[in-house]
Amino acid sequence: MKHLLSTYDLSRADALRILDVTEEMAAVGTREVKKLPALRGRTVATLFFEDSTRTRISFEAAAKRLSADVINFAAKGSSVSKGESLKDTAQTLEAIGAEAVVIRHGASGAADRLAQTDWISAAVVNAGDGTHEHPTQALLDAFTLRQHWARVHGVDPTGTDLSGMNVVIVGDVLHSRVARSNLWLLNTLGAHVTFVAPPTLLPVGIGNWPCTISYDLDEALATGPDAVMMLRVQAERMNAAYFPSTAEYSRRWGFDDARLSALDERGLEDTIILHPGPMNRGLEISAGAADSPRAVVLQQVSNGVAVRMAVLYLLLSGDH
Amino acid sequence: MTSTAANETYFISGARLLGDAPADLLIADGVVAAIGADAAADPRATEAVKIEANDQILLPGMVDLHTHLREPGREDAETVETGTQAAALGGFTAVHAMANSNPVADTAGVVEQVWSLGRRSGWVDVRPVGAVTIGLAGERLSELGAMAESRAGVRVFSDDGICVSDPVLMRRALEYVKAFDGVVAQHAQEPRLTEGAQMNEGDVSAVLGLPGWPAVAEESIIARDVLLAEHVGSRLHVCHVSTAGSVDIIRWAKSRGIDVTAEVTPHHLLLTDEKVRTYNPVYKVNPPLRREQDVMALREALADGTIDIIGTDHAPHPTEAKECEWAQAAMGMTGLETALSVVQHTMIETGLMGWKDFARVTSTTPARIGRVVDQGRPIAVGEPANVTLVDPSARWIVEPTEMATMGRNSPFSGLELPGKVTATFFHGTATVLDGALHHRRIAQDNA
Repeated sequence: MKHLLSTYDLSRADALRILDVTEEMAAVGTREVKKLPALRGRTVATLFFEDSTRTRISFEAAAKRLSADVINFAAKGSSVSKGESLKDTAQTLEAIGAEAVVIRHGASGAADRLAQTDWISAAVVNAGDGTHEHPTQALLDAFTLRQHWARVHGVDPTGTDLSGMNVVIVGDVLHSRVARSNLWLLNTLGAHVTFVAPPTLLPVGIGNWPCTISYDLDEALATGPDAVMMLRVQAERMNAAYFPSTAEYSRRWGFDDARLSALDERGLEDTIILHPGPMNRGLEISAGAADSPRAVVLQQVSNGVAVRMAVLYLLLSGDH
Repeated sequence: MTSTAANETYFISGARLLGDAPADLLIADGVVAAIGADAAADPRATEAVKIEANDQILLPGMVDLHTHLREPGREDAETVETGTQAAALGGFTAVHAMANSNPVADTAGVVEQVWSLGRRSGWVDVRPVGAVTIGLAGERLSELGAMAESRAGVRVFSDDGICVSDPVLMRRALEYVKAFDGVVAQHAQEPRLTEGAQMNEGDVSAVLGLPGWPAVAEESIIARDVLLAEHVGSRLHVCHVSTAGSVDIIRWAKSRGIDVTAEVTPHHLLLTDEKVRTYNPVYKVNPPLRREQDVMALREALADGTIDIIGTDHAPHPTEAKECEWAQAAMGMTGLETALSVVQHTMIETGLMGWKDFARVTSTTPARIGRVVDQGRPIAVGEPANVTLVDPSARWIVEPTEMATMGRNSPFSGLELPGKVTATFFHGTATVLDGALHHRRIAQDNA
């Protein structure tokens, strides 16, 4: 791997390699001194054209735990707001010494552009591009799911995949880079994915994707999923009439207390709830569900640092 | 060489007229002076510049109904001078300059400016397209009559790039241009269905997370417009058709006797939305690259006459407009210098059409639609010598930096293509010889 741009073309072997290295990195997080010297003297730049505190600090924490130097670049208030191009910005960072560029951008394909042009030679990590992909989010979700799946089966997670696991992903699939990245990766790792959403929030052509489609959350929950991943509802979508009202959305596609109870009633004690954050409590997820023992949201955040450590380590350590 | 020169006399030996058997041809005083044995026997042949055609194909000069010359206003992207040089090198003898310049070509003054710049350049005939609505705003009709009656003699009106989406305004435009035998060339794009659209809506856009431009946004406007054209009995021209569904609607309209014509671009005959997987904005264009089945339907429609002509939609942009993220990039591709080769590759080499059909779709019919009386004529004695000599056996690799257009945004960069224009004659002046710019034509009056 020279770059990490998407999970669409990430091989099963590479995915497992990242997850296995993540196991080692996660162990570092439990030590008193949470630091490795692996990337001492190396420089990682985070290039954020979109606001995203949690992803940026997660990458920053990951790089620092590997002893790398970190340059944080936020577009707001920078030369970008004065009209500087992506190309010039990236070249400036590389000239300063960045060997890996972690980019978050509102435009789909921005990370691909950096990686596929001759603008820079640094490794590129896609930290979310438009409505395209968010591969490290998918990797941390897969890692979280694998931890859970291994615990349920009483095995060591290292080297295992997600064969046989049923994952239901609910919400705005159309605009979700998280949903896309998760589908490709979970499918590669052997899990079965069901997307649940109003028809207006599913992309045209989704019939050809390797997943099941449902418009009915209760029907999907009745199949006994091993994990339910709720996607954030973006308030700005309301103007485009993707659904009539937040109340109707919440009733039909929100993970509320009644649906939480239904899991208990069905004896699905091992079903976990994921959310990439930030959560809209009371809209796509109730407070009861978000705070329940089934929710692994904070575990996802914690695993995010380990996954990003693994990715930066694999890209920069020469272990391609 | 780009010096100015008066008309010369040329003796072309062994050229295959429209692909037929080789014959000699004499060009003198701006017209085709003699053909066959008469050419060799003509006393002027002795002093003429000799061109050994060696079975190359002689075609009527190509006429583009859809060119963006950018001047006035965006001379950093293209000028009339560079755009028309590109046109001559591509085998064209006339181009229609689209109205979306800055200022917009929505008055007699602006269209006369463009027309005048074209005459001064002298590489091809520049026919301005007039904007249908003031400022392309889609609110009020421009002074269509004033543009028609100006020295530019505008006959094609279009808000290209922006659809005339108001059905009442479109109806009025269609009705009004009948007064001077004009045609409304519509950019068919339902605006609400394409808000924020970045590429064709389908399997590829779903994976790439780019907002989709659905085929129905084009098809619904074409369906509406052909019915409006029928209702008011006017001429409608559909710009750059891109979907199989659009072809079906146009085929139906023609079978019903509606006076509709349509164009397809060379790039829509070759490229699909699979190219967008690279996120390289050189493939960003409006209408977007579509699916393989659309490409096949467009080729078939061009071959059977449902689609009437090739329109290049030559759209040069400065480098920075393409050297960026996909969403920020400008839409459009250059096309004047590659059109002939792409059409040869997609239509002639595939056996879908011959060189006579090529002449029909690139010269005769576009000249007729644009009412350009001295272009798209037969290659016959006494006719204006607007002709193009093509070596169909040549192969070349597209290198945008070697092109005359200022735009480097060719989607065919690095591609090997067949067919090369070796000479272009514009009213008897060799604007291109040996594949390079030769002379510009000096306007014969002081207009």
